[in-house]
Amino acid sequence: MKIDCKHVWHHISAYIDGDVDALLRAEIDRHLEHCEICSAILDSTRNIVVLVADGRIFEIPTGYSERLHERLDAAMAEG
Amino acid sequence: MIGRILAGEKQLFHDLIRPLERAVFVMLFSLLRSETDAEDAAQEAFIKIYRNLSSFRGEAKFSTWALSIARNEGLAWLRKRSARPEEPIEPVLDEGSGDFTPALLTDWREIPAEALERSELRECLRQAILKLPPIYRDVVQLRDVQELDIQEAAGVLGISPGAVKVRLHRARVMLQKELVPILKAYVSPAKGKMRFWFGRRV
Ligand SMILES: [Zn+2]
Repeated sequence: MKIDCKHVWHHISAYIDGDVDALLRAEIDRHLEHCEICSAILDSTRNIVVLVADGRIFEIPTGYSERLHERLDAAMAEG
Repeated sequence: MIGRILAGEKQLFHDLIRPLERAVFVMLFSLLRSETDAEDAAQEAFIKIYRNLSSFRGEAKFSTWALSIARNEGLAWLRKRSARPEEPIEPVLDEGSGDFTPALLTDWREIPAEALERSELRECLRQAILKLPPIYRDVVQLRDVQELDIQEAAGVLGISPGAVKVRLHRARVMLQKELVPILKAYVSPAKGKMRFWFGRRV
């Protein structure tokens, strides 16, 4: 089995998550060795996935936690 | 701990939910796209979680159960906010259609996490996520922002793990397509010098 670029793109997300079987992984790896487009697509996608996980992207408003627990205390006092 | 809270040690509820405070806020913010609404909805959600604690059966993880209550609270807010009809509750979206071709490029210089010190870069990433159609925003937010596993994300959204994977794949491709041109522009064009990133091929 020899896979083309579109086939590789179809599995990018699963590949990043380590969710492809060994055979498919080997095929993709072989393709990546000689295809700089697919390599760059994979690298950029993986990079973006890593950046998105950074806690600084979505910041919590100052005082959020304090206000939340105050509100909970009030609600608990009601029963 | 849940048993003790139900038995009367109410104050333990504060500790129970502390690990979820951030996740609930981020989920509601990505749904409502407003910090004020997200904070208000989060407070309401945690009160509901408290009042419904006795109905938690332990079949799912507590976090999954709590997040799905919070998500329902967020969806209720969306419905209430009918003054903004541009935000559909259930998007009309043919899952089979759409262009899920990635941005084509031949080389990529890794952007290190330190680059996120720059607020413009954080803003680009945040906006790209917020611009995704809701069903894709949901999976990215749970899986890639909060780093829940596929199973738990499926539990929160009430869809199958397979559906999470399909949506996640499309969402990641959409983000790649949207962000690659923007992120590439972060390389200073002059003198070929990197302003802040240090990649493999520098
Ligand atoms: Zn290729």
